[in-house]
Amino acid sequence: MLKDITLGQYYPADSVVHKLDPRVKLLWTLVFIISLFVFDSVGSYLVASLVLFGLIRLSKVPFSFITKGLKPILVLMMITVAFNLFLTPGTVLVTVWKLKITEEGLKAAGHMAVRLIYLVMGSSIMTLTTTPTSLTDGMEKGLRFMRTFKVPVHEIAMMMSIALRFIPILMDETDKIMKAQKARCADFESGNIIQKAKSLVPILVPLFISAFRRANDLAMAMEARGYQGGEGRTRMYPLCYEKRDRMAYVVLALYVVVMFIAARFMTLKFLMGLVG
Amino acid sequence: MNLRIEHLEYTYGAGTVFEKNALKDVHLEIPEGQFVGVIGHTGSGKSTLMQHLNGLIRPTGGTIYADEEDIFREGSDMKKLRSRVGLVFQYPEHQLFEVSVLADVQFGPKNLGLSQEEMLERAVEALNMVGLDKSFYDKSPFELSGGQKRRVAIAGILAMKPEVLILDEPTAGLDPKGRDEILDLVAQLHEKQHMTILLVSHSMEDVANYVDRIIVMNKGRVMLDDEPARVFAHRKELEEVGLAAPQVTYVCQQLKEDGWDISDSVTTIAEAADEIARVLKTCSVE
Repeated sequence: MLKDITLGQYYPADSVVHKLDPRVKLLWTLVFIISLFVFDSVGSYLVASLVLFGLIRLSKVPFSFITKGLKPILVLMMITVAFNLFLTPGTVLVTVWKLKITEEGLKAAGHMAVRLIYLVMGSSIMTLTTTPTSLTDGMEKGLRFMRTFKVPVHEIAMMMSIALRFIPILMDETDKIMKAQKARCADFESGNIIQKAKSLVPILVPLFISAFRRANDLAMAMEARGYQGGEGRTRMYPLCYEKRDRMAYVVLALYVVVMFIAARFMTLKFLMGLVG
Repeated sequence: MNLRIEHLEYTYGAGTVFEKNALKDVHLEIPEGQFVGVIGHTGSGKSTLMQHLNGLIRPTGGTIYADEEDIFREGSDMKKLRSRVGLVFQYPEHQLFEVSVLADVQFGPKNLGLSQEEMLERAVEALNMVGLDKSFYDKSPFELSGGQKRRVAIAGILAMKPEVLILDEPTAGLDPKGRDEILDLVAQLHEKQHMTILLVSHSMEDVANYVDRIIVMNKGRVMLDDEPARVFAHRKELEEVGLAAPQVTYVCQQLKEDGWDISDSVTTIAEAADEIARVLKTCSVE
């Protein structure tokens, strides 16, 4: 049951996207998401679509894996679309009972749906092609400049990677504790909501104790191996930019420029004119 | 309670890339009152098999009969089954959660829906069996020593009065004294309460000292199933799957190779001592 939850799911494959430096992918994702919300003409969505599907092809991740990430936000998306559709004032197109669908509402709903879907797909490409460790490594190195503002970048990155590492461990532990309590005839399924919440105590108490025990053990093991924080720490695989990473930055700059142009000139009217 | 395991199969993550056959065509019969040792390398499927016996895992093929009743049939009472087949997990002290020892031991009986008096009576009885007296009742289970915690956890299972007791590596992580205490406790339960015991272990010495029968698991199959002396005679096969005979068996086998007229099917230190004494006596007569 707990095994169905996938977090930070990595899809191993041999592709250019996988090999890229995590810092490149982080910046790409950030810029891509911002561009979705800044530019909203048909042209810019076309460009964004081309880039997105091009990247999916390049990453060699099956399309179904990327759309899997959409399932959990489906409800959220439907609510957003519904709100936009029915509550935007403007020229009324259709009236269903007391709800009015306006032209502006239709437009806004469409924009919102595309934005949300692309946002999730774009960030899925990053998490599917980057291991959690290299992602935190990338964050640590990429955000190093923040240290001048007294932000403990290394500590935050270390906490993140430890938290990610502990997810599967604690899942296993939960599974084990649940089984052990079931062996003592514990019942987690029946009863009303209060009884169900109460029945979680025999799982949560041992789980917390075990989390603290593991945290303590890990801290001890890290200190025993001389860990003293990020200062002067070297890496087995230091992050270095290669030619493909520099290329990716250039492509990113081009993308931003094209998006600007597309937003300016490739409006619906312009495209209609092109077709007609 | 007689247990009969028929053609049991279990596959992890069926239909995914992580598919793994944990159990393959396991066929066993465990009659009432037997003391059985289950040994096998890590990942041999022994723990998975044990979790089938009280219905925690549903098999992907085959089934188990408890007193001729299929335990996985539609509408089978799992609570009742789990109170009859008690399973003590590895590191059972990790499941303790209550504020006092007595309350924790009462958790099982409480889930069975027993009355207050009955719960208390059973908890006291179970704690007696594991050798914890009144002074422990109101203590927090978290302030006890490792061995004491484990005994509380075992008492938590015993309070349900199981007919079959399964222990998954009950001695893991204990010092030699704690180990002997737990094993002696288990042997007592077998003798005095006439419980059927299944003892899963890595240690050949532990198993050889106590059990009537050994089941050796390897790669999800039953590899050997016989009385200890016969099983340990298959020294070579055991070594091939990452197991071994008790050390004292090796000593006796070496003595035999060196020309002493000694039995090489010795499995416990006590037997070895008798054998060596016998051999030495016959020598001095000559």
